[in-house]
Amino acid sequence: MKQMSFSPNQRAWRRFRRNGVGMACCFVLGFIVAAILIWPLFSRPQIAPHLPPGMTHAPNAVSDAQFQPPGGQYWLGTDVHGRDLLSRICNGARISLLVGIVGTAVSLFIGVLWGAIAGYCGGRCDAVLMRCVDVLYSMPSIIFVMLLITTLNAWLAKWQTGPERLSDAAVQWLQFTALFGGLGAVSWLPMARIVRGQVLSLRHRAFVDASRVLGAGHWRILRRHILPNVYGVIIVYLTMTVPSIILYESFLSWLGLGIQPPQASLGSLIASGSEQINSIRVYWWLIVFPGAVLALTLLALNFIGDALRDAWEPRGEL
Amino acid sequence: MYFVKRLFFLVPLLLVISFLAFALVRAVPGGPFDRERKPASPEIERNLRAKYHLDEPLLQQYFRYLAGILHGDFGPSLKYRNHSVSDIIGQGLPVSLTLGAAAFCFALGAGIPLGFFTAARRGRWQDYAGSLAALLVICVPGLVIGPILIMFFAIKLRWFPVALWGSPWHAILPVLTLGLYFSGRIARLMREGMLATMQAEFITAARAKGLGQFAVLAKHAFPIAVLPVLSYSGPMLADLLTGSFIVENLFQIPGIGVFMVNSLLDRDYTMGVGLVLLYAVLLLTLNLAVDFAYTVLDPRVNYE
Repeated sequence: MKQMSFSPNQRAWRRFRRNGVGMACCFVLGFIVAAILIWPLFSRPQIAPHLPPGMTHAPNAVSDAQFQPPGGQYWLGTDVHGRDLLSRICNGARISLLVGIVGTAVSLFIGVLWGAIAGYCGGRCDAVLMRCVDVLYSMPSIIFVMLLITTLNAWLAKWQTGPERLSDAAVQWLQFTALFGGLGAVSWLPMARIVRGQVLSLRHRAFVDASRVLGAGHWRILRRHILPNVYGVIIVYLTMTVPSIILYESFLSWLGLGIQPPQASLGSLIASGSEQINSIRVYWWLIVFPGAVLALTLLALNFIGDALRDAWEPRGEL
Repeated sequence: MYFVKRLFFLVPLLLVISFLAFALVRAVPGGPFDRERKPASPEIERNLRAKYHLDEPLLQQYFRYLAGILHGDFGPSLKYRNHSVSDIIGQGLPVSLTLGAAAFCFALGAGIPLGFFTAARRGRWQDYAGSLAALLVICVPGLVIGPILIMFFAIKLRWFPVALWGSPWHAILPVLTLGLYFSGRIARLMREGMLATMQAEFITAARAKGLGQFAVLAKHAFPIAVLPVLSYSGPMLADLLTGSFIVENLFQIPGIGVFMVNSLLDRDYTMGVGLVLLYAVLLLTLNLAVDFAYTVLDPRVNYE
């Protein structure tokens, strides 16, 4: 039998795969993603605007017939416009997850680049870059995201109706970009700090000096020798950033500052459910189902993050 | 010395924040007078803009604003024009602070005993149930828990009022909504702290002296294990005092969180900038106070 040897990263992945809870949560998350992607194929009108048979939409009529409780034809009930809630949730969860992933990618890109440059160059460059991080850190980030996104959304709304009007699809994409950019722009700071610290401690290790002596350029040293060693920390931190960005997004959309109707995210679905709270009839499904999907996603991501941390930073059997 | 330096650093920081906020709020297309009496004649609008100095260049407006702040005047609200921003903050801030402080007490009061209990019952079903509860509470955000609490306790069971603010009875659901997440975080910190401390040698020594389980845990392990909780409670207080937008909107509580969101939507420039500044001052001074408290509590921490 040939002696097998593994890199630290490979060993960490093996440890992760043996973690039952972590793997179970991967399956849960995979199931949610699969459901989001597959369900729209089966429900023809995507944001199903169909009322129960024999019902016409009369916004001024005193009736709550558009709110069908869960069951039969509409598995999760229907919303305020008589739309199928399951389709809405699939749409909303898709956008929430997309925002989480792309926002995290933005924060990954800025944070790793910033931290790696600061840590690798050191000296004055490091000081300047990290002072910037300190200043940004001390700003009330959620409030700046709110400011940034209302400003961008208002500009987009103006372009949408203005003389040189953009197509709706273009505006939608710009809105998403604003959201991704805004959320990513405030969540890269911890990443930059962590990466910088790691790079700083790796920079003067013998293997880095060795490759420098061999004539490797800065870029090659960073990419081939330093960043692979930071990989584990980055992955662990990424799984913590995704839920926090999803939460940020649902928070903004709940307040009406994020995703704009007719698009939906989990946060805006819950918000439109909370608007229907009244003391006569309780439409619990409007809040419970999107809330459950949100909570389940966050729970799964948290467990996966814990499992990854255990895999990369084994502290013995506690 | 370090803290004096940081205190002085606050001034340029606040200037940067205020300018950014000032410029961003004004970069929004449309003005504060767009929505009222639709066919307002251009003269009226021009006069209104002149009255509030909105026709001046941005920098001039900014310096005028700064000069006002130095006199303690945050300007008139452009939406509620009979009130100054200071008035509105004066009315809303105590409400928000009360809410935040109550949620803080709840988070500590529920989280510490839960963490202690689950650590003491480690590995038994009580531990699993308690830890799962803590994790659930962390993963179900306030914007989900709030409406569910309202629907169940206020509408179905009619135990609590649905919304508004006034009596302690009104405060229970908002405080729960705001504080549950943090109580879960605290319970987890407390449990981890207890488990780590219980492996220390002085605990073995205490056991060897023949002390009972409770005495060992409460008198010997607890004071050490609670330290991470204390260091988390600083940032938590800052989050609670400045992060009640959702709860205030959901329960119609007249705090400053509601005004913050509305000022952005209404293009109420002065109110928006004033509130951003208020939040920034709160957050920065709280962070500074927390760092200062660390050096007092833990002499090993040294920022020099």
